[in-house]
Order: sequence, then C-alpha cells, then structure tokens
Amino acid sequence: MYRSHVLVCGGTGCTSSGSQQIQDLLKAEIEKAGLSKEVSVVQTGCHGLCALGPIMIVYPEGTFYSMVKPEYIPEIVQEHLLKGRVVKKYVYEETIDNDEIKPLVETAFYKKQHRIALRNCGVINPENIDEYIGTRGYEALGKVLTEMTPEQVIDTILASGLRGRGGAGFPTGKKWQLARNLVQDGGQKYVCCNADEGDPGAFMDRSVLEGDPHVVLEAMAIAGYAIGASQGYIYVRAEYPIAVERLTIAIGQAREYGLLGKNIFGTDFSFDIDLRLGAGAFVCGEETALMTSIEGNRGEPRPRPPFPAVKGLFARPTILNNVETWANIPQIILNGPEWFASMGTEKSKGTKVFALGGKINNTGLVEIPMGTTLREVIEEIGGGIPNGKKFKAAQTGGPSGGCIPVEHFDVPIDYDNLIAIGSMMGSGGLIVMDEDNCMVDIAKFFLQFTVDESCGKCTPCRIGTKRLLEMLEKVTDGKATLEDLDKMEELCNYIKANALCGLGQTAPNPVLSTLRYFRDEYVAHVVDKKCPAGVCKSLLTYTIDPETCIGCGMCAKGCPADAISRTDYVAPGHKLASMSIDPAKCVKCGACMGTCKFKAISKK
Amino acid sequence: MKSLAELKAIRDKVQGQVGLRSEAEAGTRVVVGMATCGIASGARPVLNALSEAVQEKKLDNVAVVQTGCIGLCQYEPIVEVIEQGKEKVTYIKMTPEKAMEVVNRHLIGGHVVTEYTIQSALK
Repeated sequence: MYRSHVLVCGGTGCTSSGSQQIQDLLKAEIEKAGLSKEVSVVQTGCHGLCALGPIMIVYPEGTFYSMVKPEYIPEIVQEHLLKGRVVKKYVYEETIDNDEIKPLVETAFYKKQHRIALRNCGVINPENIDEYIGTRGYEALGKVLTEMTPEQVIDTILASGLRGRGGAGFPTGKKWQLARNLVQDGGQKYVCCNADEGDPGAFMDRSVLEGDPHVVLEAMAIAGYAIGASQGYIYVRAEYPIAVERLTIAIGQAREYGLLGKNIFGTDFSFDIDLRLGAGAFVCGEETALMTSIEGNRGEPRPRPPFPAVKGLFARPTILNNVETWANIPQIILNGPEWFASMGTEKSKGTKVFALGGKINNTGLVEIPMGTTLREVIEEIGGGIPNGKKFKAAQTGGPSGGCIPVEHFDVPIDYDNLIAIGSMMGSGGLIVMDEDNCMVDIAKFFLQFTVDESCGKCTPCRIGTKRLLEMLEKVTDGKATLEDLDKMEELCNYIKANALCGLGQTAPNPVLSTLRYFRDEYVAHVVDKKCPAGVCKSLLTYTIDPETCIGCGMCAKGCPADAISRTDYVAPGHKLASMSIDPAKCVKCGACMGTCKFKAISKK
Repeated sequence: MKSLAELKAIRDKVQGQVGLRSEAEAGTRVVVGMATCGIASGARPVLNALSEAVQEKKLDNVAVVQTGCIGLCQYEPIVEVIEQGKEKVTYIKMTPEKAMEVVNRHLIGGHVVTEYTIQSALK
C-alpha cells in the first residue's frame, strides 16, 4: 500500500510532449530517494488540459504540476515527495490562489465540467483492470446479469433519454429495442462500437479508449445481454496506436477474469469482443460503411433501410454505438435513469464531451452538461481567445457541421438547438475562430477534406462536392460573381437531398452555414475582391510604406521570389533608400512581414 | 470470476487505494511534519502507518498529507489532525504504534487521545 500516488498522463497529447520520459525519470528518482515502497507512479489517460502537458498530479494533496520538464523531477521528488513541500513554481498557476493551493476542481477549467464519460480518464491506470473494478467497474454488468431482464435494461436506457453521441443523436434505447424486437429468429446478433473517429480536431473517443478502455467493454456486454448478442466488434482506427494497445490489454484482462467469454458471472450469458482496425477512411465512421469494412469488404455505405437493427453486420441485426455513448451506459445502470435524466435539457439529457481546439487558450477535452452555453465553454472553461483577439465563430460537428456566429453565443448547446442554428452536435469537435480566420477559407478547408474522403460510390457526393470546391476556389481567387453564390447554394441543397449516406448529405453544411452567417465575407471576396481577414492569398497585396521603411534590406534577403528591390526614394530622416515589392513577382508568402522590424510592410 | 462476490472482493481491495485520488475536499486532514527534523526523528514510518491505516479502513473522509517543518523540532515526529469546524489537535513524539491509536480512537472513535497531545506535554 502506498501513501502517495503520482499520476502521469499517458494520453496521446501528453505522450507527444514527452510524458513517457517524465515517468521513467520519476521512477528512477523515487527509487534513488528510497521511496519506491511509499510512492507509486501511475500512468493514466487524458486529464483534459492537453495544452499544459505533460501533466502530473500528486495525491492525496491533489497538486497539479503542468508542463513538467525532465529537469524538474529531482527537485519535485526531493522536496515534495520526500519532505512534503510543494514546489510551487512548477504548479499550474490557476490552482494557486493567494499562495494557497486550491483543488483542481475549483479552477475555471474544471469548475463547470461534469464528468461521466470521462469519469475515470486521468484517474485510473487504464492497463490495470483492478483499478477499474475499484471504481465500481463491471458492477453494472453484474447487476444487469443477476437482477434485470433484457427488457428492463432497455427500459432503463430509454428512460434515461440517452442519445447517440456520435453526432446524429438517435435515442440509444430505441436502437436497442429495435434490434431486440424486430428479428426474433434466435440467430446471431452483433454489438459494434464505432471508434473510427475522423473529424479534424476531434479526439474524445481516443481519450476514452486510452483512459478507460474497460468501460466500453462493460457497456458492450450489457448491450449484448439486452439485445441477445454474443459477439461484439470494436472498429478502431489503426492511427490510434495507444488506444489499440490498451484495448488489446483490456480485452485480455477481461477474458482472464471471466468478464468476457462464456457464462459470465456464472449465468448462461456469454459474450466476447474482437478488435477490427480501420485504415483511416473517413467514410468508415458511417455505420453501414463501417460494417461493410468489418465484413472484409471495401468501406462503402449502402442505402438505408434496411437499418442495421434489422439487417446489419453479416446481414444480421446489429447495434452500433459511439465510444462516448458506451461510456455513459454503466453509470446509467448503476445510478438509475432518473439520475441521468436530471442533467441536461428537455430533449438532450446528460453531458457531452467536446474537444476544444483552434484559437482558444485551454486546448483540450471538456465534458459539460447539455444546455451549457457556448459563451461558458469558450470564455470560462476554455479561458478565452489568445492575444486579446475577437471571437468570430465556433465550428462544431467537423465537416458535417457548421459555424456558430457570435450572435448565438448564448444558445444552450444541445442537439436540437444546434440543428436549429444550422450546425450540429457532431462527435464533439469544437474549433474556435477569431477575426484572423477567413470564413470562406474555413468552408474551403472542410470541403477539401470531404472531397479527399468521399468514397465515390454516389454521384452527388463524388462530383457534387468537387464542383462545389471549385466554386469556392473561384471565390477565394476573386473570380466569382454574385450569381455563383446562388449557384453554390443550389448545388449545396442538391447534394444534401441526393447523397447516399450521412457524410454526403452533410458535406455542404460548412458552406451553407458560412453563407448564412457570413455572406458579407463572400460578397467582399466577390465584389470588392478583398479578403477581410487577410487570408486568401490571391486577393492580397503586400506593400512597403516608403516613409516607415529605413532601407535595411532585410526583407529583400528573406524574399524567396526576388520580388523586393531598392527604390530611389530616401524618406526624410532616413539614410538609405526605401524598398518596394514588385506585385508581379510576389508570391504572397508573407516572409518579408516576418523579417521587418519596423512594421513597414502591410497586407491588404 | 464466477460470482459477484469475487468482483466485490477485488473492489474492496482496490477501492481505498483509488480513493486516495479523490478530488473532493477531505473533511479531515492528517498532517505529518516531514522536514529534516521530522524525518530524522522517525516521521516516515509514522506517515506510512497512518496512510496505510486510513486506506485499509476506508476512511474516505480523511486525507493524510505531509508538510514541512512546523517549528517545534524537539517534539518531532509531529502529527496534526485538522477537522472542519474544530480546533486543530497536535500530537507529538509519535510512533507508528501511537499513530494507530490515534487512527482508532480519534479518527474513528472521535475522541482526542489527550495523553499524546502537545498540551499534555506542556503541563
């Protein structure tokens, strides 16, 4: 038994900033100080504050060390772990209040969060099944198998109001009910987990798998019991190596304990889970394409109906839920549906995990009750926009979603409200944009993504998105007309109505929502041939102010295109003639602006 | 594993340890002086004994933490028990055995072990 636990984050974010080295050093220093029997080092999953990685927390005090460097370790071990003196200079500054250290839960980042799906992330060692059991893990499965009928399980999930966290928000209990009741021939049914997270900037599923893999296994077994399935598949991207490794370990441990396999808890229920690795195609996150891929075929969607609940994997009834949805299930069984339904808004219950990214101070992972406003998420939890810039919009839902402008800052976030303002919940990516982002360029970015990732099966998506992208390029090149904007809108609506799968149907959303809220920016590109945010290269001109330029020539040295030369003009008070840029040669790379120390160069 | 009882056995074994990582404010703080003076006079075995006992007995409400020099070096090892809304109790010249008594009589029983407090030494 240890008197102190030092938790080091082993999520992908902190691993890439060097947490493995920190962990090794820590163990060596603890050994050296003779504390190995008193202090234990625990590798955990993501704690959420990825911007501050590598993160290290010392319990029982709960001291939060952020951006830990290897050279801090000897001092922290000697001072804190041995002598009990917190090394304040390395502690996350938000937790220091008047020289006193306050608990992490009282900082702005954590105060408004409510962790259900992320409950164990950053708390337990994901590679140790005992720690999961120590936080009431597998108790829900035990309860379901020994005390509840499958119908009661489904009724509980229905009553909780849980909706799919993958984006579309279909009621989870309803899905289970259909899979249980529609086909009753006693044959094989399947339970699948969609861990093919592909939205740019989204990483909540990865964090759950890395930080708490057993919760997914337990929840899938519960669903297996509820619908009468004995086999589950987790479809996870091969680009998530840490998640794959921890899932493999978790499945092995669960089988060893008999929590997966035959006759679980001595009942006649048997259930096993296998992993299937995806090769990174975005379309495989779409349910029918995902199942086609598990079957060993090329990942392409197929028309629905028949829905997977009737005819899914290997043409058998199948339920498919997202990682975050699964992570809520055991808690609902243990705490009751009323508990879950007490959180959130009328039609969206519980919490939602968001991956904050873009122009925001606290980049990372947050879990908030449904109904929290965008303002609270960005200004309070996210810590606002860096460098005092002005908020312009937030993008939710990735390539299927849309932008939320500042006038909807106080709309409570839930499934229906986001749809009403032209965006969607999506899997939970939340990218913040400030005044330096061009909205046309953002729409172009997401459309480029869809064009790259379109599987090509249906024409509206394969050709429609490509044509749409070309029209957007016309806008950013300053060659479009106002008529083109109307044509774009028409094409968007055509794709929406005719594409085969959810990805194609939602692909025009980034264009439609920016057209709806930021039409003036499009018009500026088309009519004035200007990019208001100064992003679209073709519409920019770099100029040197001859009065400010001192003629040092640094810009000319840095110019890759040889576009800068000396003029004959010597400004009053200057010794050297000023420089000027030849617009015909300029490639608009902006290198000169970076080298000028006198702010003589501007772009318009 | 073939029964819920086995699951519960594992849970009970681990729960106290994982409970150490609770973010909730502990109601009672047990503070052990772990400066050079404290360590030299044997504060470490005391700290370990306290920490183990609290985890073993699942006293979720109690946090065992360290601190630096309290300033009464001649009385080390010193253990302070701080309960919300009550006056701080300072135990002096502690040993692991005395610490166990404090756990049983004070933390669990609710009665200050007066014979080990600094007040009784000063009398």
